[in-house]
Amino acid sequence: MKEQLGTTGLTLNEPLLWEKGREGRIGFSMPKRDIDPAPLDEALVRNGPDFPGLSEVDVVRHYTRLSQWNYGVDSGLYPLGSCTMKYNPKTNERQAALRGFAGAHPLLPDTLSQGILALMFNLEQYLAEITGLPAVTLQPAAGAHGELTGMMIVRAYHIDAGAPRHKILIPDTAHGTNPASSAICGFNPIPVKSNERGVLSPEYIASVMDEDTAGIMITNPNTLGLFEENIKEIADIVHSKGGLVYVDGANMNAMMGIVSMGEIGVDLMHLNLHKTFSTPHGGGGPGAGPVCSRENLAPFLPVPRVEKHEDAYTVSYDYPKSIGKVHAFYGNVGILVRAYSYILSMGQNLKKASQLAVLNANYVKEKLKDTFFLPYDRPCMHECVFTDKYQEAHRVSTLDIAKRLIDYGFHPPTIYFPLVVHGALMIEPTETESKESLDIFIESCKAIAKEAQKNPQLLSEAPTKTKVRRMDETQAARHPHLAG
Amino acid sequence: MRYLPHTEEEIAEMLRAIGLKSLDNLFDTIPSDCLRKEALNLPTPLTEWELDTHMDALASKMAVPPEYKIFLGAGSYHHFIPEAVKQLLLRSEFYTAYTPYQPEISQGTLQAIYEYQTLVASLLGMEVANASMYDGASALAEALLMAIRVTKRKKVAISSLIHPNYRLVVQTYLGAPGFEIVELPALKDGTTDLSSINHPDEYAAVAIQSPNFLGCIEDLEAAGKRIHSDHRTFFIVAFTEPLAYGLLKPPGAFDADIVCGEGQSLGVPQSFGGPGLGMFASKLKYVRRMPGRLVGQTVDKDGKRGFVLTLATREQHIRRERATSNICSNEGLCALASAMYMATLGKTGIRELAALNHDKAEYLKNGLAGAGVSLPFETPTFNEFVARFPAGFKERYHQLIKKKIVAGLDLSPFYPELKDHYLLCATEATTKEDMDTLIKEVVS
Amino acid sequence: MKELNELILPEDVRYTDEHEWARQEGDRVRVGITDYAQDQLGDIVYVELPEIGSTFNKGDEFGTVESVKTVSEIYMPVSGEVIAINEELTDHPEYVNTDPYSKGWMIDVKPSDIGEMDTLLDKNAYLKLLEG
Repeated sequence: MKEQLGTTGLTLNEPLLWEKGREGRIGFSMPKRDIDPAPLDEALVRNGPDFPGLSEVDVVRHYTRLSQWNYGVDSGLYPLGSCTMKYNPKTNERQAALRGFAGAHPLLPDTLSQGILALMFNLEQYLAEITGLPAVTLQPAAGAHGELTGMMIVRAYHIDAGAPRHKILIPDTAHGTNPASSAICGFNPIPVKSNERGVLSPEYIASVMDEDTAGIMITNPNTLGLFEENIKEIADIVHSKGGLVYVDGANMNAMMGIVSMGEIGVDLMHLNLHKTFSTPHGGGGPGAGPVCSRENLAPFLPVPRVEKHEDAYTVSYDYPKSIGKVHAFYGNVGILVRAYSYILSMGQNLKKASQLAVLNANYVKEKLKDTFFLPYDRPCMHECVFTDKYQEAHRVSTLDIAKRLIDYGFHPPTIYFPLVVHGALMIEPTETESKESLDIFIESCKAIAKEAQKNPQLLSEAPTKTKVRRMDETQAARHPHLAG
Repeated sequence: MRYLPHTEEEIAEMLRAIGLKSLDNLFDTIPSDCLRKEALNLPTPLTEWELDTHMDALASKMAVPPEYKIFLGAGSYHHFIPEAVKQLLLRSEFYTAYTPYQPEISQGTLQAIYEYQTLVASLLGMEVANASMYDGASALAEALLMAIRVTKRKKVAISSLIHPNYRLVVQTYLGAPGFEIVELPALKDGTTDLSSINHPDEYAAVAIQSPNFLGCIEDLEAAGKRIHSDHRTFFIVAFTEPLAYGLLKPPGAFDADIVCGEGQSLGVPQSFGGPGLGMFASKLKYVRRMPGRLVGQTVDKDGKRGFVLTLATREQHIRRERATSNICSNEGLCALASAMYMATLGKTGIRELAALNHDKAEYLKNGLAGAGVSLPFETPTFNEFVARFPAGFKERYHQLIKKKIVAGLDLSPFYPELKDHYLLCATEATTKEDMDTLIKEVVS
Repeated sequence: MKELNELILPEDVRYTDEHEWARQEGDRVRVGITDYAQDQLGDIVYVELPEIGSTFNKGDEFGTVESVKTVSEIYMPVSGEVIAINEELTDHPEYVNTDPYSKGWMIDVKPSDIGEMDTLLDKNAYLKLLEG
């Protein structure tokens, strides 16, 4: 028995699945047999797998207990910078679960799939409208997947133009997926530094841009929460040497209805539906990373494409210049359904959402700039970046601040990213937080800063109110124990 | 709007605190020539109730069971999902959580994924499994890239009987960095012809799928022996129907180096092909070269058992361009769903359910054969098989659609030599009555 | 993190500006990373070493050393063939932290040009580098 006395019920220690149950127990309603058993060569048959035997009650209690140790957006403010942890509307779940969507086979004839094909076609139109980039693929299953798709499109474009290129410019503030995605594609990522204002400078780009550079990957707003104010000039420079401008759209939550990427020199970009478009993060996915591009890049988009002829929708593979496929079928359709529902629910309120996201971030920035050091003291977009500079004097780090915030009931902000800021603390409240939610957070930060001065041990020992304390990650990495 | 909590007073108060007059002023730092002039041209927002009506209408324009009898597999399978699993997945502490980077408040996700990794490793007969990839196709592509990284060889061989869409994805992933792909032909019995693999050391990896796209169970023992005549070459086995391994010997039993494929069958709704669940497992000695997230067991400051993301130095946020993959978000919630599903089935249940799948398909197979339909491949199958219908069956196929029957998948677009060959699937969700109807209809 | 005056800097090794040390031991050169390097990296969790028999030039990357949150490349102080690797580090990567110059050694090299040792930094020059 792995259940310790006094730890069951709400105190909740929960053993691993195989530490519970009994052989022979089952939690599944086995369908009745209406056909006879058929012979199968014994040589093909296995013993096992070594799964536990659990009743339905065992399974339900197990996962109910596990869920109670998790903090989600529904638990409270989740100010993770660059993740856009906005509220996940419940109606989206209702729609995605509809039998006509959840129960649909991807290889049905087109005539039997008109509902989802219409949804995908219209979603493409909405995303095109929001980004200002008319050609859309919904196939990538995540942001990084979208980046990879984008890089493949860039590569295909240059090969088609008769001049393959080998380098990609990537800002030092970029998310790690940017260089990783371009490297998988065979590009050599060339890091470019941001200037003292925290943005890219046209002079620097001009000095490194050449005809062997396929283009540049820009996050806009960037990971410091700042709008890349020189983007138009930079786009001109890149274009003048025949390159393309790719935008990492992870921070699109600041831009809906405010800036149209297609109007400022961007050639293609990806979106994160699980960030900007309210689909749930799921504890690590599934997400979706559609790519939107100019019309001249449309021939390279993955296949199949959804087409509309009069009132009927079809999928077509007839795109000879397509990069091919990045997903077995059409992408994460269940996630697309949720994003589509969100867009239909918001309509033009998407602009309001962006405005309020930026309002919330600036409010937090103003209120906390005397508490934590603000390396770029000027208006930000939907997220702001602080550091632990003031707390260093008390030997308190960003990590300690983050862990103490947990004791105050919050999920910490993003820490130690972007890499260009030492001890970065990136706060993105999102628009779905009310003023009082932010005020409690602000007061908590101030209280923690005071503790850092007077009683830093409270931070270095934090968190103390959680199910587990700080984990021994060294042991986990030295002696990996990855299966039970 | 119910997702935007700010009142006008609050907005005014906050603007005052920042020293701005209006919301538009928030964007004063953006050059004016970058600002969008036109309003977003989107439909008028729908109320929750209007949205329900709209979505119900769209959903009704889809052909789904039980109204339609759909004998399709080919990478997406109709299996029953217990209500318990569906409801547990609605616990918002699971689905509204982020990646568990702060382990102290994510032990739910972390323990669940550790359990998932363990169950998958056991199912596939392997030593270690990751926390998921996007789907079976990208998992295979990543497996081949991993083999290329480890062996430093630039050529791979993949069976032509791997799912056609998986092969397209592999071509896309491996084409960009310029690796060479050789396709292995098929034998008359519906399995892969490995006779051209005389010098496995030429290849970083040789990959086959079992059961393959024709539904046939490949001879993994022979394949493993042949490929491992060079012990460095990766023997990769892919799959689209993991339920098969509830009954059949798993690839791990045949010295596979990587086993990867689609986990949708195990508790994830079909959803028109996505989100899926890329399962990925390998030998322990390769774990530091593996893509994807990994959850490991450890202890906290007080010595209490707990779980963390580990071996993160492989990943993009640390290794950047030298990472084992660019993957960040994966299919976390789908992995959770499949762990719950496997937990409800248990050892006895998965065996029984897999056997039932096999038996249903055999019933259909024998029924069709008895009605005079030809079965071109004699190799044993699991829950999918190929039937050769009379010439010109296409027309009958369309007539059957009008009767709400989808009689399998026409294979000729994928394999032009297989005219009038259809891939049929039967699972525990297919009734004897449905199968009897199909048998009657195809021969009439 | 250690203060400069707390760092261990033996006399019997030479140093590189990438924080490796090299010690001539008869006809071979033993290589590892310095106390400064291990202190900066924190708890070492894994060391990736080359295969015996591989050859590298001075300055080439021959392996990596990992802590929980970082990876650092390690570079050859001299050119030559790797003739031995410290297998103990597989199960005890922490030796790099506790004994960087002895139990935490990484590779033995058969140098192709022993003169290259003279181009490396001595203890004082390395200390100056760290101060700068």
